[in-house]
Amino acid sequence: MRINLRQMKINQAGTIMAVKAEGPLGRRIRDMGMVPGADIVIQGRAPLKDPVAIKVMGFTLTLRNNEADYIDVEVK
Amino acid sequence: MEAIIALAGNPNSGKTTLFNELTGARQHVGNYPGVTVEKKQGIYSDNENKFYIVDLPGTYSLTAYSLEEVVTRDFLINEKPRMVVNIVDASNLERNLYLTLQFMEMGIPVCMALNMVDVAKARGIEIDIEKLSDVLGVPIIPTVARNGKGKKELMKMVARMVDHEQSVPLKLSYGNDIDTVLIDLEKRIGAEKFLTDTYPARWVALKYLEKDDHVIKQGRGASHVLSEKIEQIVKSVSDHLKESLDTYPEAMIADYRYGYINALLKKGIVKFHQDRNRFQTSDQIDQIVTNRFIGPVIMMAVLVGLYKFTFTYSEIPVFWLENFFGWLGGFVDQHLSDGLLKSLVVSGIIDGVGGVLGFTPLIMFMFFGIAILEDSGYLARVAYMLDRIFRMFGLHGSSVMAFIVSGGIAGGCAVPGVMAARTLKSPRERLATLLTVPFMNCGAKLPVFVLLVATFFPENETMLMMTITLISWLGALLAAKLLRLTIVKGESTPFVMELPPYRMPIIKGVLIHTWERTWQYLKKAGTVILGISILLWAMMTFPGLPKSASLEFEQKRHALISEVPDTVSEMLTHVPEDAEMSKAAQSLNAALMSIDAEEAEAGLRHSIAGRFGVTLERFTAWAGFDWRTNIALVGGFAAKEVIVSTLGTAYSLGDVDPEDVASLSETLRKDPSWRPLVALSLIIFTIFYAPCFVAVVCISRESGSWRWGAFSMVFNTILAFTLAVVVFQAGSFFGN
Repeated sequence: MRINLRQMKINQAGTIMAVKAEGPLGRRIRDMGMVPGADIVIQGRAPLKDPVAIKVMGFTLTLRNNEADYIDVEVK
Repeated sequence: MEAIIALAGNPNSGKTTLFNELTGARQHVGNYPGVTVEKKQGIYSDNENKFYIVDLPGTYSLTAYSLEEVVTRDFLINEKPRMVVNIVDASNLERNLYLTLQFMEMGIPVCMALNMVDVAKARGIEIDIEKLSDVLGVPIIPTVARNGKGKKELMKMVARMVDHEQSVPLKLSYGNDIDTVLIDLEKRIGAEKFLTDTYPARWVALKYLEKDDHVIKQGRGASHVLSEKIEQIVKSVSDHLKESLDTYPEAMIADYRYGYINALLKKGIVKFHQDRNRFQTSDQIDQIVTNRFIGPVIMMAVLVGLYKFTFTYSEIPVFWLENFFGWLGGFVDQHLSDGLLKSLVVSGIIDGVGGVLGFTPLIMFMFFGIAILEDSGYLARVAYMLDRIFRMFGLHGSSVMAFIVSGGIAGGCAVPGVMAARTLKSPRERLATLLTVPFMNCGAKLPVFVLLVATFFPENETMLMMTITLISWLGALLAAKLLRLTIVKGESTPFVMELPPYRMPIIKGVLIHTWERTWQYLKKAGTVILGISILLWAMMTFPGLPKSASLEFEQKRHALISEVPDTVSEMLTHVPEDAEMSKAAQSLNAALMSIDAEEAEAGLRHSIAGRFGVTLERFTAWAGFDWRTNIALVGGFAAKEVIVSTLGTAYSLGDVDPEDVASLSETLRKDPSWRPLVALSLIIFTIFYAPCFVAVVCISRESGSWRWGAFSMVFNTILAFTLAVVVFQAGSFFGN
């Protein structure tokens, strides 16, 4: 099932299908390894539910929810 | 053999630790020209070689995303180091290799220090180093920077490479569409020698495809026609990609780079003996430390702890310094005859130097504390937890440190606070933070508030002091929002940030870091601050009272002395050690001192600052301030607690100790021009008006421009004045 990264639950795993952001944000997201094909797991959310912490390639990355909106994930 | 070697790698890869291991204490810290990114250099030498090592800022990529990336790129291209030592975190190989590839694409010889091999092993990651080195065509030395393992082998390899290595730029494939365009562009660029005296042709083409603002701007300057042609070609391939694959060149390039790495690692080079995305110890700590309920509590405790550490433990050295400068001032006071020179030395120079040095313990303790939080990885968690709140005001989660240290918990100091904003990597958020932290209630504003509150609102003391703290927070955050909507406008910088695994800070690194920062403060801010201190002294001293006026005071003294018998007046000058003065002598002494105080008041009023205050009275009356308050506020520019002592002088009370204000409080309460509303207006003004000049100097240094320092003085003062007028006029209107 293909959903938006924002909708993923804690501990849910998936594979990135598309990164739709352009410009500096898109560049940064990809530079950090969030490219199509990468496997991710949602590690947690900040106390105010935003940003979100994600495991990718074995390290932890944080994204704001409105940045996560640009990322589509195929979840099991 | 001598050579310049660049040390580069991802943040948190152990780069600075390796740099410290290689160079020891032989480091030099400066700035890259025109920007506030730190440039660290050091020397490594053995029997045969001497290498100048430049520790480049930690980056994930070489695009133009951040200032750090631009600086790294420009350094590699303009300064042409002999080679790059690329430090790579073995436990995080994929993402780290992404940067390595980009060095290779630039055509610079690379030697890889594969760091933290011990951590990788513990996480069940097995790397076939020989094979990886073969496939990449880059020598690889395994290291553990924390204990210096592999350092010798690494430098041996570097020495060998400096001697022989020539390298050709790596040519990756980015898929048919892009490759075709790339070859075409490379030809055109090569033929016209377009930017090729600085960059390789293929690299220029690649950057155009990546829509790199920095390179495109340079290109337009070099040849507008060709640049336009290239941009056109890029646009047509972009359109094509958008249509056929719903993507664009920049994304394709990044995808293919990662694809290349992926394919590489699949050739049996890396074996994962456990799931890569499995939660590690560090993640288990995070389950507690960033937990919805416990997380904020722990964070509050840590922030209060940092605050207490900075301001409590630094009290001892601050106390020594104050005592020393007090003693020095007293010593000079006794041994120089009265006059301008003495006044200059005591009030201008000694107070100025004392002021500069007085902040050093604070700065040292704060940077020590922050370095530990930063190196342990906790600071990134603070930013993560607080980002939601600070983002609303156009700031960043990391801004909190600067606000707290500046006086977010009443009693801080804006000078270390401004310097704490260095942990912010996003330029706009950082500038907005720099400009608003001075609104916090620093320790020097507190005596002013205490005086006014105790005098006019004695029954609500605690409540009002709390309210003042709240007002300053609210004001600072709203001002930040205002700035971010106007002068510092622009989209917020992405929060895409790494949460590094928790690590034990290395004490040597923390100490080096603390010392560097403190030394920079002393060296750069120190001289300017001394100069301004002397200037302020001159403003409050010159022009001196005219002869006739001082003569009048002299005559008054004479008259007093001649009224009493000689035996009494002699007691004042030749008083025996333990003898009590007679009643008559005591009252003469008091009368003389009150004349001195009157003369000081007259002198202050006559000085440039005084005239300034008198002239401004016309406007400041709207906020309820008379000339005395105005001068005090001018004095407060030197340091906020000076407001209290200057008010004392202006009310002919002589020197008033900011800690002991009973007499001043009494005077204000009786003075008809003062009432609670005036006090309230002055409190508001004091919270918001121009930062003290030490803070202004630091803001200028940290923002990289004097314009921002000047801006903070003007903007804050206008804001403060507006608010004070509103309070005063509204209060008067409603009949207070």
